[in-house]
Amino acid sequence: MVVRIQDLPRRRYGMPGNAACPGCPEAMGLRYIKMALGDNVVLVIPAGCSSVIQGIWPKSGINFPILNIVFASAASAAAGMKAAFEMMGRDDVHVVVWAGDGGTADIGFQSMSGAAERNDDIIYIVADNEAYMNTGIQRSGLTPYGAWTTTTPLGKKEHKKNLPFIMIAHDVPYVATASVGYPHDFIEKLRKAAKIRGFRYIHLHAPDPVGWRFDPSLTPKVAQLAVKTGMWPLFEYDRGVFRLSPFSKPYKDPSKRTPIIEYLKLQGRFRHIIDKPEEIKKLEEYVDRLWYWIDALEKAFNPSEKARELLSRHA
Amino acid sequence: MTVMTLTGNYAVAYAVKLARVQVISAYPITPQTTIVEKLSEMVDTGELKAKMVRVESEHAALATVFGAASAGARAFTATASHGLLYMHEVVWWAAASRIPLVMAVVARAIGPPWNIHVDHQDIFDQRDTGWIISVAQENQEVLDLTLQAFRISEDPRVYLPMMVGLDGFILSHTMAPVDVPDQEEVDDWLPPRRQPYYIAPETGVVMGNIVPDDDYYMLRYSMQKAMEQAKKVIEEVDREYGKRFGRSYGGLVECTLCDDADYYIVITGSWAGEAKEAARKLREEGYRVGVARIRFIRPWPGEMVRELAARAKGLVVFDRAISFGSKGPLFLDVAATAYGLTSMRGVIGGLGGSDVTADDIAGVVRDFVGEVEEKGSVYEPLYWLFPAKYRGKFEAKEVVA
Repeated sequence: MVVRIQDLPRRRYGMPGNAACPGCPEAMGLRYIKMALGDNVVLVIPAGCSSVIQGIWPKSGINFPILNIVFASAASAAAGMKAAFEMMGRDDVHVVVWAGDGGTADIGFQSMSGAAERNDDIIYIVADNEAYMNTGIQRSGLTPYGAWTTTTPLGKKEHKKNLPFIMIAHDVPYVATASVGYPHDFIEKLRKAAKIRGFRYIHLHAPDPVGWRFDPSLTPKVAQLAVKTGMWPLFEYDRGVFRLSPFSKPYKDPSKRTPIIEYLKLQGRFRHIIDKPEEIKKLEEYVDRLWYWIDALEKAFNPSEKARELLSRHA
Repeated sequence: MTVMTLTGNYAVAYAVKLARVQVISAYPITPQTTIVEKLSEMVDTGELKAKMVRVESEHAALATVFGAASAGARAFTATASHGLLYMHEVVWWAAASRIPLVMAVVARAIGPPWNIHVDHQDIFDQRDTGWIISVAQENQEVLDLTLQAFRISEDPRVYLPMMVGLDGFILSHTMAPVDVPDQEEVDDWLPPRRQPYYIAPETGVVMGNIVPDDDYYMLRYSMQKAMEQAKKVIEEVDREYGKRFGRSYGGLVECTLCDDADYYIVITGSWAGEAKEAARKLREEGYRVGVARIRFIRPWPGEMVRELAARAKGLVVFDRAISFGSKGPLFLDVAATAYGLTSMRGVIGGLGGSDVTADDIAGVVRDFVGEVEEKGSVYEPLYWLFPAKYRGKFEAKEVVA
């Protein structure tokens, strides 16, 4: 299933007048959702930048039906909507949560974990810009080590929480990582997810020019560098099978990876550590650990036909 | 119609079934638990054709039914005490979204220290959220109110969610005979939910995005207008229900022994039963006492309370909750409505389920009447009806403005 740019719908899903910042990765990601899934979609959005991007009532800058909801319970509201559609004989409606890293990894984690455990039939997308951007760049559980935020003025002391792995451990049918730097990969994964029933989780890496301190024209480039340095591996877990995605395959070999410094030096949030080799080393070690996990998952979830049958119980 | 012996919680569950609720979500908490259990059983056995979303918290429970109702389904949840506090954020969100919903609240004290018995602190904590809030006196009324709640909440003049309060254990776990209407009768009286706005791919509806401040103000104004309309709707529904099913409660306020009363006990919840017994005793002694049982604390039945106050020599308001640093919340509403019209005493009793008997209530009223007759006018906003073993050890009448 190869996605070609020229085959994608040309309708505008992000309307002029929406309140996204220049170079906003969320405005990009939102467009791709409808490009991938068509119009049979409703969005559930908890507090975050996307609450603002919609613009001011009585208009909306995003061409979706949207239920805005409190920060902590987006997955629950989506589960309720899906239950309602099922009761009304409208099983085909895609209920999609579009949440930030705070609304997913931190304040919203409990409700998301609950929906995943129940295998509620929703698509959950986290647009991960690695901090609480809407409130003004505060650290989140998904902020990487060393990054400046307004609540970690000297750099964060902890590494990023590996949420996709946690979601695989929920034994849901589909977990994938994606990046706004690779829209066709994201769209392909959305389309694949749309064909599966149950809880589907897509973690979209979304570099943010305002919070990461880079030029708004560089959003796709920074996103791609995250993949090329190995900081953000693209993969999917599909009913028992773990696969590295084509764009990340080369970086299994550490020698093929772009040096991390190339990624860091574009971003003001790492300015205070780019001259400190011991700090860079911590991030390099993080990447090595991450790939150790990936290697292990690839080996573990490359099952025989028989095991695959067992693992794909959600299909 | 069938007469069944039901606990208050089962009365809720049977009403939910009769209302053909489509989506249910709840998280167990004592003393609400048997509602969730009974509904789970009804859904699993196919007795009730609904989706039951078994969530991981109350915050999620209300968000789930709110999501379902936003898509146009009839939805229900139930909670109590800490569960209600935990979902408080979503309580506000649901009301201001103008999404009809019904929630049973099994009234229970709030910790610490832990206490699972009844008072009304949890319900009054939701007072300002924009929900219609009713409180039942007994199990039959629990069933009737729960059924009526769907009609009231889904009325186009209202479009606000509604809570049905029932006292923990005293109603929730106590069996009583309950007339359960036939399904066909209920179907005829309660049509399927229709809502002009709902979220679906074809509607393009967006709910809850940012509004300019001035429009925000006007949306809040419209909620107050809907509350005013709800008063009419509640009276209408109560009358219609009476015609159809043979039971009417007087709408927002149920007045007992009121015709020639000089003094009124103002009270809400199951201990209104004790209040009525107290009034009967006092009448035998020659006191002309009536009971105004507040069935709806929101919308506040101001007109009726003012009418009573205008012809009364005095009101004794019983609160099973307190606004610390001020007075009982029911008293605050009564005083704001009736101040200057008559004498008043605000009584705090029964916190954390501590026992209050009909004799206790009669004693307070007798004492109050004596004072009014002696002094002519009395304003005592804070009178402590202490538990029996502490009575006399502390000063019951607190001097406050």
